[in-house]
Parts: sequence; C-alpha cells; structure tokens
Amino acid sequence: MQPAIEVHAVTKTYKEGSSSVTALRGVDLEIAAGELVMLAGPSGSGKTTLLSIIGCILSPTSGMVRLQGQEVSTLRQKQLPRVRLEHIGFVFQGFNLFPALTAGENIELMLDLKGIRGEHARARTQELLDQVGLRDKYFSFPADLSGGQKQRVAIARALAGDPEIILADEPTAALDSLVGRKIIEIMRTLAHDRGRAVVIVTHDPRVLELGDRVIRIEDGMIAKKPPQAEIPAAFLLTQVDQNRGVVA
Amino acid sequence: MPPLARRNLFHDKVRLTVTLTGIVFAVVLIVVELGLFVGFTVTTSGLVDHSGADLWITSKHVPYVELGVPFSERKLYQVRAISGVQEAEKLVVRWTQWKRPDGREESVQIVGFDPNSSLGSPWNLVAGTVEDLKRRDAVIVDEIYKQKLGVEKLGELFEIRGHRARIVGFTHGIRSFTTSPYVFTTFKKAQDYSGIDANQTVFILVKTSPGYDLNQVRREILANVKDVEVFTTAEFSRMTQVYWMFTTGAGVAVLLAAILGLVVGFVVVAQTIYATTVDHLKEFGTLKAMGAGNGYIYKVIIEQAAISAVMGYALGMVVSAVVVGASQRGGAAIVVPWPMAIGMFFLTLTMCVGAAMLSINKVTHLDPAMVFKG
Repeated sequence: MQPAIEVHAVTKTYKEGSSSVTALRGVDLEIAAGELVMLAGPSGSGKTTLLSIIGCILSPTSGMVRLQGQEVSTLRQKQLPRVRLEHIGFVFQGFNLFPALTAGENIELMLDLKGIRGEHARARTQELLDQVGLRDKYFSFPADLSGGQKQRVAIARALAGDPEIILADEPTAALDSLVGRKIIEIMRTLAHDRGRAVVIVTHDPRVLELGDRVIRIEDGMIAKKPPQAEIPAAFLLTQVDQNRGVVA
Repeated sequence: MPPLARRNLFHDKVRLTVTLTGIVFAVVLIVVELGLFVGFTVTTSGLVDHSGADLWITSKHVPYVELGVPFSERKLYQVRAISGVQEAEKLVVRWTQWKRPDGREESVQIVGFDPNSSLGSPWNLVAGTVEDLKRRDAVIVDEIYKQKLGVEKLGELFEIRGHRARIVGFTHGIRSFTTSPYVFTTFKKAQDYSGIDANQTVFILVKTSPGYDLNQVRREILANVKDVEVFTTAEFSRMTQVYWMFTTGAGVAVLLAAILGLVVGFVVVAQTIYATTVDHLKEFGTLKAMGAGNGYIYKVIIEQAAISAVMGYALGMVVSAVVVGASQRGGAAIVVPWPMAIGMFFLTLTMCVGAAMLSINKVTHLDPAMVFKG
C-alpha cells in the first residue's frame, strides 16, 4: 500500500546573510495512512522544519516529498496552498483559533476555504463539534473555552477539510496531562479508526507512549535508535517496525 | 464566509478605537489643511469672482485686484461706446485707514461701486441693503470684522481717512485674505475715503451684451481705449489667486501646510492600518497554513481596511464639519466643496487600502515557524 507521506533524502538549509544553517540533513521517512507517529527530539533539532516541509509550508532545499502519491517538493510556492487545503489539517500548540470568531465559525472558515458554505457548512460544523465532544459550543468564543476545548475546536477545524494527513505541533504543550492525553487519544482515534496519517511533534514524554512510532530527530537527522526512556510501551511490545523508518 | 474582517475589527474595541482615531485624525487634518488652502484661495479672489462682471479693465501691469492703479474715468465713456458692452461701471479698490471709536486705527480696503448697478456690489447682505449706501457717508462691512473695526450696530459713526462713515449694513462671510477688511461704499465716497482724484477710477467693470464673444469685445476695448489692460473675470481671479497663493509667503505657507497635512495624514493612516494588520499576523499565518491562498487573505485585509476607511471617513467628516462650522465665525475660512468631500472619501479609501497593501507584503512573506510557535 502506498504511504500517505514519503520523505526521501530531504535537506533544508536556511540562509542567514552570508552564513547558512542546515536544519535537516538527508531525512528519509515513510508514514502510512492510519498511523500515529510522534516526532520527538531536542529543541532546534529540526522537528518543526520537517513538519513544515511535510505540511508544504516550507520547500526542501533538496530531496523529495510525496503526499498521497503526489510529489509536492517540486511544486511552485503558489501551488502549495491548494495541496495543504486538500490533503493536510494542522493542529497548533497555541490552538491558533481566530479569537473574533465563535468555535463554530472557526470551523466554518475552513469549510469556506473548501468552498462549502451555507446550511451544508453549518450541519458539517455541528457534526465535527459533536465528534470532538463540543456539541453545545458552536456559539462560544475561544476566550470562553478551556485549553482542552480550544484544542478540540482546533482538531475539528483541521478535520473540516477532510484531510488524509493531520500534522500537529506540540498540541499538548499548553494543556495539563489528563487533557493532553485525551487530545492525543482523539488523534489516535482519527488515525486508527478513520485512516488518517497523523504526525505529532512533541516534547511531552507523557503522550509519547500513545504513538504507533516515535521518530527521534537529532541535529537534523533521524536518530539511529530512540532512547529507551522515550520508547512507548506499546511501541516496544507490538508496533516496532524497523522497516518503516524508526531508524533511517 | 465567516465575517472575519468585520469581526477582527470589532472584536478588539481598544484597537478599533485606536485605528479609528488615527484615521479620523488624518481625515480632519487633511480636510482642514486642504480646506484652508481652498478657503484662502477663494478668499483672495472673492471680490473679483463676485463682481458680476465679464471683463475687468485695469491700468497697465496691474498684477492683482488689491494693486490697481488709478486712471482717468473718461475711459469709462470710451468703453461704453464699444459695441457688445451692455454695461460698464467704475470700481475703486484701495487700502486706507479706519479709525475706531477708541482712537485705534485699522487698515481697511475700500470698495467703491455704483449702487445703481449690480457690478462690484457686496453679496450675502444680512443687514441693510445696497440702496442704503445712497444715504450720506454710508458704508457696509462684514460682521466677521465687527470686533476688529470696533463696530457694534447699524448707524454707528466712524472715520475713514478723516471722513465720516456710517454703518448701514452688514454682510456675512466676505473675508479679506489680508488683515484689512473690505468696506463697501459708493464710488464717489470711495474717492474721498481712498484719496484718489475726483476724475479717476481704479477699475472699469464690463458686462457684455448677450451673444457677443468675450474675446472680441476685449479686442475692441484694447483697440479703442489706450493704456489699459483687459482681463476676463476668470483671468483676473486666477492672477489674484496666483499672486497671493504662490508669490507671497502666506500663500506658500498655506500650500505647504496642505501638502504636509496630506503627507502626515497618509503616514498616520499607513501606520494605523499597518499596525492593525500586523496585529492579526498570526491569524493570517494560520489561514495560510490552512490552505488559504494569498487572494483570500488579501480580501480579508482589504475588507478590514475598507471598513476602517468608511467608518473613519464618516467620523472624520463629522468632526471636520464642526471645525469648518467654527471657522465660519473666525477670520480664516475653511472651505470644503462637495467635490473635495467626495474626493476625500476616495482618498481615505485609497490611503487605508494602500496601507493595507503595504502590510500584505509582510503577510506574503510570513515565516512559517511563526505559525508553529505557541
């Protein structure tokens, strides 16, 4: 079966005046549909850069990225928003909800981008809010929601576009452990029950164990072997798959 | 589409207040400065524009209305004899001295015309009539200058260059660009007040007969009357405006202030709108990450700017109307003609949207790391 995400020999170098910084050095990675993958590693290791490249926000300096079988690394900048819109949903550490819009409108905004409007959008929004357990929060503004509720709205928004790939950047960082765990469980359900490829960048050791795989990035490369402390029990017992890229 | 632009604006009331304050300040500044410029320009040539004449006959080399040089009034009869001249009348415009009851003297400009003719007569009379000027020593002044001239009511007596003057009427809004108010009186009395010879005039105003070509009549006058120049009212008005506005420091100062008002106004609006857009940069970054194209984001930003422009313009014009109203009671007129008010709307819109476009550049080049940072 074709992987949802394929990353081959990807490098990324940032130019800073006359000097340059290499954030990624030849990363190879494959993630299948229905898989929940944790990207872990120290700050500055290149996790967010890798997420940005998979998310078609950044273009790699070299290498190839394929999403749902479509090569995206050679696309022009102005073609990338369409790829993001059609294939990717984002969940952010700071929720990134629009404070001036209600929870429902935040979700409808995504539907609007997809060209879904009116009653159909309203019904779909309500359905998404139901899915994340926020049935009665359509008219609530983000300021009136708890951190966990905000992140659920953000997940519902990411799902509104019906993407095959969900990318989350530190989605539990602003949440307490219980709520953070629930958020990851929702994402795990999305992967396992709905066949989405979910990639989560996280520092949070409390949720690492919920991933199907943990990929550790160090100095812009995938580490050869994850430290024991970071390997989730589930990963150790049942889901270790050396061939799918725990080790590059 | 959820009303993101409108909600963004109204969600943060403090930011909205700051934005609107900036735009209102810019609108008022530009309207007042441009209005002052228009007001001053119109004021300099008010006497010419309201003369009712088609042609002005002057001595040679007269640059503007306040600097007329007396010439023989016999030329009046030569002018009247030319075909195409329906009416020709003498007019005096001269500086002289007005003595207040407290003994203080003020410089004034005497305007002497024939009260049996409408040429050169005062306009906007709010008390008395032109007929009243036929009474002995009668003068009409503008009510704006009552205090300056020490005038309180009709019938009061004053002295102009040693001759008695009695107030028989008031006009409203006939301002002088200089510090010397106009004092309207009969041509004969103006000769006394200004000290020109009894057989002299300063200008001859001509009303042409219907159907006659203005330039043809002008050529006829120049061919038949020696040592004069003939200008259309529009030409003489423009000469007077150009003299005061562009060859004196006062006019240039007003013009510079108007230009400065435009520049400062634009900068204030640009900064305000830029700050408003940048305030929402993270949201626009999120929109981009969600897959919104630049066009979608531009639409939100421009809609925000346009709503701000409409609100700022409306409020700014209300404040401007108050300022303009207050100026009508003072010596400096702020004139805001309708075309200027309409033009101001489009200028405000252009400034706001233009400033938004500047900030769009920032949105276009958003650092993706910003989207992923909490």
